[in-house]
Amino acid sequence: MSLTTSESQDHHSSTSILETIFAPVNRLLGALVSGLINVVDIVMHPLQARLGVRGMAYVFVLPNLLIFGIFIMLPMLLNFYYAFTGGTNLFPQDRPFVGGQNLSTLFACDSIFEPNTCREDLFWRAAWNTLGYVVVQVGILILMSLITALALNQRIAARGFFRSVFFYPVLLSPVVVALIWKWILQQDGLLNALIVSLGGEKIPFLVNAQWAQTWVIFISVWAQMGFFTLILLAGLQAIPHEFYEAAAIDGANRWQSFKSVTLPLLMPTMFVVIILSLIRAVQVFDQVFPFTGGGPGTTTLYMVQYIYQTGFANQTKEYGLAAAASLLMALFLLALTTLQLRAGRSSDIT
Amino acid sequence: MSFIGDYLTRTHGRKRLDRADYLTYLYLIIGTVMMFGPVIWLVMSSFKTQAELVRFPPRFLPYRQDTVSVAGYDDPLQLYNVTMDDGSVRQLAQVRRVGIEAQMIDPAAPDEIVRVNINQRQPVESIYFGFENYVDGVERFSFWTYFRNSIVVTASATLLTLFINSMAAFALSKYQFRGKDTVLMLTIGTLMVPLSVILIPAFLVITQVGWNNNLLGIIVPAAATPTGVFLLRQYMLTIPDELLDSARIDGASEWRIYLQIILPLARPALAVLAIFSIMWRWNDFLWPLIVLSRNELFTIQVGLNSFQGELQTQWNLILAMTVLTLLPITLVFAFLQKYITTGIATTGMK
Repeated sequence: MSLTTSESQDHHSSTSILETIFAPVNRLLGALVSGLINVVDIVMHPLQARLGVRGMAYVFVLPNLLIFGIFIMLPMLLNFYYAFTGGTNLFPQDRPFVGGQNLSTLFACDSIFEPNTCREDLFWRAAWNTLGYVVVQVGILILMSLITALALNQRIAARGFFRSVFFYPVLLSPVVVALIWKWILQQDGLLNALIVSLGGEKIPFLVNAQWAQTWVIFISVWAQMGFFTLILLAGLQAIPHEFYEAAAIDGANRWQSFKSVTLPLLMPTMFVVIILSLIRAVQVFDQVFPFTGGGPGTTTLYMVQYIYQTGFANQTKEYGLAAAASLLMALFLLALTTLQLRAGRSSDIT
Repeated sequence: MSFIGDYLTRTHGRKRLDRADYLTYLYLIIGTVMMFGPVIWLVMSSFKTQAELVRFPPRFLPYRQDTVSVAGYDDPLQLYNVTMDDGSVRQLAQVRRVGIEAQMIDPAAPDEIVRVNINQRQPVESIYFGFENYVDGVERFSFWTYFRNSIVVTASATLLTLFINSMAAFALSKYQFRGKDTVLMLTIGTLMVPLSVILIPAFLVITQVGWNNNLLGIIVPAAATPTGVFLLRQYMLTIPDELLDSARIDGASEWRIYLQIILPLARPALAVLAIFSIMWRWNDFLWPLIVLSRNELFTIQVGLNSFQGELQTQWNLILAMTVLTLLPITLVFAFLQKYITTGIATTGMK
């Protein structure tokens, strides 16, 4: 106990908001900790005598590993089982083995490029919608994040304030983001009022297919760009200043020094950003579901929503189909990251 | 005003602002409006009456028509400025409206009824921040139930995360044991396995454990965050081994070393992880949507989503509830934004 108290006194000189807020929590935790030490030590002491110092590592790693194993790794394996068994039963023992039937149902198409010719047309609509979303959203997201990071990296006043401004939407929950924009975009909403005041006509933003797709991308960029801006900004600030000075001595203008200093040195950060944003874009669901519900029609139906509907929301729960779709999505994610990592490695060599 | 301008346009070192600087500021100011504007619009709207909400074009501030209590009438009467036939303007209260004719009285002389055309009157309005939407919403929405569920989930999941992640990180940073690399690889691997890829089997596991429709079902599986283990491990690697060795010589058990040396020293990293965990769990949507189907167990996000589905036209209540949902996370952000942004910048995680 003496260690914890002396520790908190050492830090007393640098009291911050965080510590003031957590001070009572800390004190409570301190009391809990001392209790835990004494109670749990009764168990831990003989355990350590038995396992040895190194053996205790297993004890420490066990709770985390147990939860990992049961709730993440076991499901990963079970997913294969579901993908190759049929029926509408959730419990594995009641599911008959059907081999590749679920997969062949998903692929039963005259042409996979025309969802209308497919037996599971929704799957292919979701697949193509998702692909389109990923390409456009990631492109715009990275461009906007880069522009913002570059702007924040200038010698500007109140940089901390502006950085927080762009970051704030990142913290909002997907449902809140969806509702904020639904309210602005509705028929008599703020945006239509602006359009009318400029002499235009009201646009049914969330009823029109193209507009709905556009806004889905817009709100996801709005909600996510602060996060990627921060990472890119950290990358920009890690570039040593001498490089820019050297470029200036060589007579490079702003654009030239951006092209030959900033961009190449930002590439490692860029790869992280691209991988993270791609993985997240493929799984788009949270903001879209409360926003458009996949509509109008199926124009904003994406893969995770297809899986959710097939496995959980529909009357007949086609667990096998949903698991097969999950499997294909996992493969797609795997291929994407492998490609990315390979591209990252080859660009390091050159 | 000029000192604000001086402050905003001051540069670090250079004398004058050039065109690029103005462009940067222009971009940042437009960005500020884009990022904060929608949220401010939401908050303003949440104070408006139903009548004010359906008004087109909308106004920024919430207005309400003034009323007056007149002897002989049970309900307060609405006040209007009426342009009389002779051109004078009188402030009258409306008793009732019949077609295009309105029956008005002077509040000072309530016996005489004046009949006017409805186009002759203009409502008397004043700015009014009403909490009726909040009061109504909290009642209709069973807000406190959802709020309590979200608090329970967020708090217990965060404590559990801190506890098991720090134990695992301790083992992975301070011990050499067989299988260590495997555990590390599995941890990295699960970073790449998003929940959306294993929805069906994860749901099965939850059902088998008996946690379907149980808050434990969303607390426990999410607690073993790979990002948390990583963040803490990287931090604990910087703690010198000599500290541990000298404690061992003094006869401290490994459990005691973890609680009394490692945990206090890792406090900055634990604080960052705590803030992240609070954000993750408060904003979780897809997994609670699947695990919780009983209304009284909904977290605030799931509740808000189903609320907006049920009451699509009652925007006044939806808006107020949205504000209440984003309020806690906004407060956390306002006080701790420095820790959040530097935490993300240094770890690259959200």
